[in-house]
Amino acid sequence: MKALRNLVDSVKPTFSKGGKLEKLHWVFDGLETFLFTPGHATTSGAHIRDGIDLKRTMSLVITAMIPCLLFGMWNVGHQHYLAIGEFTALGDGFWEKFLFGAIKVLPIVVVSYGVGLGIEFLFCSIKGHPIQEGFLVSGMLIPLVMPVGTPLWMVAIGTAFAVVIGKEVFGGTGMNILNVALTARAFLFFAYPTMLSGDKVWVSTDGQAVVDGFSGATSMGHAASGNMAGVVPMMDSFWGFEAGSIGETSVVACLIGAAILLITGVGSWRIMLSVFLGGLAMAGIFNWVGPMVGNAYMQIPMLHQLMLGSFFFGLVFMATDPVTATQTNTGKWIYGFLIGLLAILIRVVNPAYPEGMMLAILFMNVMAPLIDHYVVQANINRRLKRATLQTA
Amino acid sequence: MSTSTAPVAAKSEGLFSKKNRKLITDPLNDNNPITVQVLGICSALAITVKLENALVMSASVMAVMLAGNVIISLLRNVIPSRIRIIVQLVVVAGLVIIVDNVLKAFVYDVAKQVGVYVGLIITNCIIMGRFEAYAMGNKPGPSALDAFGNALGYAWILVAVAFFRELFGSGSLFGVPILGDAAEKTRLYAFGYMNNNMMILPPMALVIVGIIIWIQRARNTKLIEQA
Repeated sequence: MKALRNLVDSVKPTFSKGGKLEKLHWVFDGLETFLFTPGHATTSGAHIRDGIDLKRTMSLVITAMIPCLLFGMWNVGHQHYLAIGEFTALGDGFWEKFLFGAIKVLPIVVVSYGVGLGIEFLFCSIKGHPIQEGFLVSGMLIPLVMPVGTPLWMVAIGTAFAVVIGKEVFGGTGMNILNVALTARAFLFFAYPTMLSGDKVWVSTDGQAVVDGFSGATSMGHAASGNMAGVVPMMDSFWGFEAGSIGETSVVACLIGAAILLITGVGSWRIMLSVFLGGLAMAGIFNWVGPMVGNAYMQIPMLHQLMLGSFFFGLVFMATDPVTATQTNTGKWIYGFLIGLLAILIRVVNPAYPEGMMLAILFMNVMAPLIDHYVVQANINRRLKRATLQTA
Repeated sequence: MSTSTAPVAAKSEGLFSKKNRKLITDPLNDNNPITVQVLGICSALAITVKLENALVMSASVMAVMLAGNVIISLLRNVIPSRIRIIVQLVVVAGLVIIVDNVLKAFVYDVAKQVGVYVGLIITNCIIMGRFEAYAMGNKPGPSALDAFGNALGYAWILVAVAFFRELFGSGSLFGVPILGDAAEKTRLYAFGYMNNNMMILPPMALVIVGIIIWIQRARNTKLIEQA
């Protein structure tokens, strides 16, 4: 540690004002504060400075995502070996599966971080402001919401689009309207529909021969096309033994992440709970209506419905994004509830979109400022009424 | 407003004086109808999927605007100001019908694709805007230059947007598949490249126009409002 500190101190003048690489000052600053707590102290007045800056908050969220990532790697391998008919039992070939998944997943992570941070560093150097680490989380979320078959150049384009159009044009970290990772996914979803939906991309077959009866579609894909037998049982869906985007299949991994976020106070429990309730409500309505209209998809039991697809992943990591969610407490309830409601509604009713979580969250991201506005306004009106009553 | 009140100095002014040249250069950058005034966005979104369509649309708008501006300018002293919008509409509608028929007669395939949007030139705010803001108060010569400049300003944005949309959306330019054949996997497509479907969708035109505005404002400091 000491050697690292010395190294950082020795090159510091090069990047300071007047130094040779003055232009890269903020890049250096970003790396330095990433390694060590910021050295600048308040010099006058009685101010309290919290040691938790954006980087520490972000690392907490990344920690929360690690279960999803690790499980995702194993599951990619598991689905692969299922498809080619080897190690079909759950416990078999753990390391083979994990290694296979890691080889498939890690390049996507590297590309996502490389492109995203590169663009972020570039913008900070041009604009001359400190590097804000919003991308640390987005860079991890992007690989987790991609199908394993996504080509790396697509990941790069999606990431670049999301960082530039989704974030930098609005003023950088903390100013974006839409969730960055979902912007990347939505862009790719509409730009290259064949690579982000359908039944070819979710399971990596690696060109090997697949077993008879292998389909490659996700549960959502099966359900949308009316093949209810293809939907995995609830417990498989709960543990995550199904095809899907890399990090979203396991409800357990998402719940571990949720626990970390809630204990550290980084994620909002109001949003998580209300998304869950919203989804439950819509699934309940469908359960009630389903038998009347004879729609098998609507009749999936409520909890099972929620465990399919990316509902829990979106609930824990996407809906709670503090920048794009509502800020008021009442607003959080409305915002979350509508996300859950819309996600299940889109998923079941609209055949063009097998999973509704992405679109539901993006839609509510746009609506969040409006919700906040009316919540605040209602508050003002209520208090105004009280004040006038007293004077009258 | 009457003809006799025109100042003497203006009479001696040449058609391509500095002031008149500015009529053409201004709309290209500082006062671009699309990126600065943000008019005519609708057609910029609709017909920029292919370069050919964008060029035909630009040419049609230029023809309508040029002729319309001159006609309105000639009539400016006899149009009662209360019904001037109606008169302007009649003029632009008549011209659009002519242009539409010319397109159908000579470039039928393109006319079929841009069909409805040519009709919608009538409602193009840029044209009505120039009639109202310039032709109603200026002589035919400068009015023609003004129309020409604004049509050029409109055209270059359209062509720029269409260039990117056709190149990345369809892998071709003017219908020539320069990136290779998507179906037979030649050239770029052999490496796994795919056409970006988003480029075909209207939202992407808006994003591209946005990026052009961004670049323009970053370079042209005159456009940045004082906070």
